[in-house]
Amino acid sequence: MENVLTPPAGSPVDFAWLIPVVPALSAGLLLVFGKRLGRLSSAVAILSIGFSATLSTMVFAFLQAQPEEGRVFVRTLGTWLSVGGADGLRVDWALLIDPLASVMLLLVTWVGLLIHVYSLGYMAHDERNPQFFAYLNLFAASMLILVTGSSFLTLFVGWELVGLCSYLLVGFWFERRDYATAAKKAFVVNRIGDVGFMIAMFLIFATFGSLTFADVLPAVSTAATGVLIAVGLLLFVGATGKSAQIPLFVWLPDAMAGPTPVSALIHAATMVTAGVYLVARASPLYLEIPDVGLLVAWVGAATAFVAAAIACAQVDLKRILAYSTVSQLGYMFIGVGVGDYTAGVFHLLTHGFFKALLFLAAGSVMHAVADETDIRRMGGLFSKMPVTAVTSLIAVLAIAGFPYTSGFFSKEEVLASAAARPGAQGIWVLGILVAGMTAFYMARWFVLIFLGSPRWAEGVRPHESPPSMTLPLVVLAVGSAAGGLLNTSPEDGFLHHWLEPSVAAFAADGHFLSEGLLLGAALGVAAVGGLLGALLYLRVDVATVGVGGGARNAARRRYYVDEVYETIVMRPGRAMADAFAAFDRRGIDGAVNGLARMTAGVATVGRRTQTGFVRSYALAVLAGTVLIAALFASGVVFGGIR
Amino acid sequence: MTLLAQIPPLQIPDIAWSAISPELVLFGVGILALLLDTAGPQRLQASFLVFGFAAAGAGYIALSTEQSVLPGLVGLAALGQFALTAIWRDRPRLLSALLAALGFAGAIGVTTWQWGAYSGRLVGADAATFVGTDSLLGGMVAVDGVALFTRVTVCLAGLVTVPLSFAYAEERRIHRGEYYPLLLFAATGMTLLASSADFIMVFIAIEVLSLSLYILAGFAKRDLNSQEAALKYFLLGAFSSALLLYGIALVYGVTGSTNIAEAGRAFSSLDAPQGMAVAAMALLIVGFGFKTAIVPFHMWTPDVYQGAPTPITGFMAAATKAAAFAAFLRVFVGAFAPLQWSWTPVLWVLAALTMLAGAILAVVQNDVKRMLGYSAVAHAGYVLIGFVAVNRAGVSGVLVYLLIYTFMSLGSFGVLALLERRNHKAMAIDDLRGLGRRDPVPAGMLALFLLSLAGIPGTAGFVAKFAVFRAGIEAGHAALVVIAVVSSVIAAFFYIRVIVAMFMEDVPEGVAAEAPLAPSTGMSAGIAFSAAVMVAFGTVLPFLLVDLADQAATFVS
Amino acid sequence: MLAEYLPVAVLFVIAFLFVALSLLVSSKLGPSRPNPVKNAAYESGIIPDPETAVGGSRFPVRFYLVAMLFIIFDVEAVFLYPWATVLRDLSWYGLAVMGVFVALLFESYYYVLRKGGLEWD
Repeated sequence: MENVLTPPAGSPVDFAWLIPVVPALSAGLLLVFGKRLGRLSSAVAILSIGFSATLSTMVFAFLQAQPEEGRVFVRTLGTWLSVGGADGLRVDWALLIDPLASVMLLLVTWVGLLIHVYSLGYMAHDERNPQFFAYLNLFAASMLILVTGSSFLTLFVGWELVGLCSYLLVGFWFERRDYATAAKKAFVVNRIGDVGFMIAMFLIFATFGSLTFADVLPAVSTAATGVLIAVGLLLFVGATGKSAQIPLFVWLPDAMAGPTPVSALIHAATMVTAGVYLVARASPLYLEIPDVGLLVAWVGAATAFVAAAIACAQVDLKRILAYSTVSQLGYMFIGVGVGDYTAGVFHLLTHGFFKALLFLAAGSVMHAVADETDIRRMGGLFSKMPVTAVTSLIAVLAIAGFPYTSGFFSKEEVLASAAARPGAQGIWVLGILVAGMTAFYMARWFVLIFLGSPRWAEGVRPHESPPSMTLPLVVLAVGSAAGGLLNTSPEDGFLHHWLEPSVAAFAADGHFLSEGLLLGAALGVAAVGGLLGALLYLRVDVATVGVGGGARNAARRRYYVDEVYETIVMRPGRAMADAFAAFDRRGIDGAVNGLARMTAGVATVGRRTQTGFVRSYALAVLAGTVLIAALFASGVVFGGIR
Repeated sequence: MTLLAQIPPLQIPDIAWSAISPELVLFGVGILALLLDTAGPQRLQASFLVFGFAAAGAGYIALSTEQSVLPGLVGLAALGQFALTAIWRDRPRLLSALLAALGFAGAIGVTTWQWGAYSGRLVGADAATFVGTDSLLGGMVAVDGVALFTRVTVCLAGLVTVPLSFAYAEERRIHRGEYYPLLLFAATGMTLLASSADFIMVFIAIEVLSLSLYILAGFAKRDLNSQEAALKYFLLGAFSSALLLYGIALVYGVTGSTNIAEAGRAFSSLDAPQGMAVAAMALLIVGFGFKTAIVPFHMWTPDVYQGAPTPITGFMAAATKAAAFAAFLRVFVGAFAPLQWSWTPVLWVLAALTMLAGAILAVVQNDVKRMLGYSAVAHAGYVLIGFVAVNRAGVSGVLVYLLIYTFMSLGSFGVLALLERRNHKAMAIDDLRGLGRRDPVPAGMLALFLLSLAGIPGTAGFVAKFAVFRAGIEAGHAALVVIAVVSSVIAAFFYIRVIVAMFMEDVPEGVAAEAPLAPSTGMSAGIAFSAAVMVAFGTVLPFLLVDLADQAATFVS
Repeated sequence: MLAEYLPVAVLFVIAFLFVALSLLVSSKLGPSRPNPVKNAAYESGIIPDPETAVGGSRFPVRFYLVAMLFIIFDVEAVFLYPWATVLRDLSWYGLAVMGVFVALLFESYYYVLRKGGLEWD
């Protein structure tokens, strides 16, 4: 970050500001003229994001052509805020284009483009189609502002805007009341996280006198450790809100109320990773405070574990994926927490591919079975929708860490880094466990949907989705399968070198186990989990999965082995999952609701003072006068001594 | 004849009338509008009479002093009002509204001219006559950055209020002739308050604006709520005026002067903290605190805001606050800065109380107007952060905040006025359910204003909050900023509640038959203008505003 | 320091004694022969409204209106006296300014008149 260049005129970086601006303009156009444009509006939306994707690619290529030490550019457009003269605060509308931003640009624009195309088919029958595309565009623009922000403040602007868009999109089908509630919850929880971010920002400004990354990050070593710890913790509070980590993860599963492409784009591939991006962006800061980093990693590990456990017991195909997202985000935080920022970002990228794919596949399935979301009422869809099934299988293998898929490389890297960090062995153990659980619930997900006997309702005619939906699936499947090539080995993979100018390097400390053993342990646990899930749900009559009554008894009588499963695996597992889910609902939700209720309670008491009588108001004025006099008196007494 | 012969020829003493030119414009237009209304059917004759006198006066001044610009303008204005009266002689309300709008626009124009002189862009002989480091008109009036900026804020508020009021007042059958003159008189008081350099002037200005607002608050004579609002505002206002006056008397007692700057100098040269000085400051805080609705002097706000006619509520919330804060700033941050060790802790506590109480109490409100009333209290608290910073950044932050708040407030109350017009009743949050579907444009506008009030980045509200928070941090009041952030999170909740009701809930049963919204041109224009300002200052132009406010953050000494 | 305020205190005491004494003396010495006319509220020679007179304590609001209007115009007119003493120094300019002032005063008077503020019934 020391060597910041101004982009040469006429280069793609010089025009990089068009990347967020074009989708934003398109969003405005669609919001105003959407009704008149009708079908055309989707074309406008796709063209605009396509433009951004092309330009992002050109930016990437341009950066690659530059010498390694000259890949950090700041493109200043104009002043946004300027206060207090020369030594005051000055925030520009400026883009920071560096290797980290460039890979994020690629992810957001290309995955965004695919999801736009997918929505063409998915939202074809919705009357508010233009509005939906406008929101999607607006979201893409906001996310692009976030990843190209050159200062904490511009990043924060994007940060809030993506939250707003997510809120609009989650509540897109507001006809259902609980959807609106989910949207409100998402917004309020995120605001709680934002408190941390905002305070961190003010603290940064008070300490460094600037908010630009180029000013602040090189100077972190000059600041007092206490301040850095506070800033690091507060930024992480913001990150836990946006990236759904303990204790602020409750909103993400509820946010699945939104249309599926939205879940794929916002709640899987891009927005929720903003917290990871923030920590990676601020990596020089976290490098100074390794203990806070370790805390980040522990929170990530705990979240990964809890969310994976909950995912094992869910029956809604999107909620499973939502908890899985929370869990995978936990992995990313393990990566950035232990100090291997490349590993965290790497997992962010591969997860972007396979989780987007999983969500889109889920949408495709819902499309086929008349918007059913209960995986107990699916099954046997493999032959009906082969493209969706095969691409899903690839994604499932990737997320489970099957060798040589993208998830394999990125997850191994995260776990290896955890193992290499002294004091993080516990995290590694948890991570391995979660890997097994991930394989288990994803196998369950896949088997219950695509294999086994058909259980869908009468009158449903499953069919493969139109090409506009399957094409993105195929493209993403290629990415999920081959994404690992980005960084085949932690030491000299492509991404590792590419991100060097942007993020702090990882100081490995030697593994506490040999590499082979590490790899073996992870693979072994994952294989056991995956096989267990597959066998369990292939063999069992699916009616036993959470459905009581006669069906369950019948199943029991047929397979005695179920009894064993039930006692050894299912019961404790389910109990744990239920406990976590209950904690999620009552504990965390309860805390959030409790806070709201407490505020309302205080307000109700306060409201009583508002009697409506002039005499009591006058009394209040008098009391206030006395209060002020008392304050002055204490000020004079204590201030005089001071 | 013999008496007249003894009087020497016309000599114009050196009185810097230009220092209060915006007030003169506002007041003059107010009187004119009142006269034309009083004259009834004879308004054309009355207008001609005014034209005749004004033209004669202007001509005489032009001949005897060889000035051409000022008399020319006066003559043109006189001709203009006659032309307007001639055109709309059968539509007295429209005429009145037009005159008021022109009056506000004219006052903005005059203030811009003063600003040119202030910022040194206008170099001329008469620039020095009214802009300087000293206060003018016998130490009564200060034409400094804070005064000029606030004058513009107040006049902009008036300019937006006029079109918002027109159809609303028509609909509620409260469209009487005094409405616009009172608005102009209130604005006169406010601009005067913003530029008072003397405590006596502060008091007079507060009385001028309050008396007008008492009447405006109760303008819906037949509405019990409106009556209640007016009476409460009047009684409590009188009470707080008394306390303010007491404070002024004590200041005079300690320092021997009612001039704000002189009193400040005398205060700072006191050897030890003196009881009487402290009591004076306490009472002044009470007086200003009442006008700016700071906890615990805010009790009147929700009742009065709820009862007053909605456009007036918007105007009161925005412009009164701006003017009172300007005077508050001039007295404390300007003159009493050397004593800041004694009063900043007090205002610190009040700021914290105000932010928290405003936000928390708003949560449980169901009436949207009342909720916005409490939110206005919370916003006064945010403004106080810039206040206790006691530095230039703080003053500039306060100015920015108040200007932006003016548009947020007028915009949101404007949309409410629009809705009330149709529903013929106050709006509860439940009444807004599904509004986004039926009337997407007004609902979208309201959502924009609410998001801005919540301080979401990308809106002007964020720029405003950021400006004061930054000043607070710079001055070392980090804890206060943390409280402010917490308060704004609580506040976000109830703003979002309205948005959720509008966009994500269904239209309640039985409302489908409701008449469609028919926004008048004036209302649409007022709301759209506020929204445009909101977006412009939130996204591409904030630096312009912040820059201007930075230049304006000065006081005369 | 408080000694400076001694005269004020003395004045207070005297004022109090005077009021108390005169009330006491008049109630002891004066004859008391009440009749309905004497007991009626004094309303500037106007016969009190019988309905309000029954309550005995209510007072027609019209009096307030007239009183307020009187005070306003009265106070404004007070400006004329000091002005008149220095008119010679102020010269034509003073006359013109006072002309504007009086014009404004007349405008308010005209307003009150047209709005019926001076009509008794």
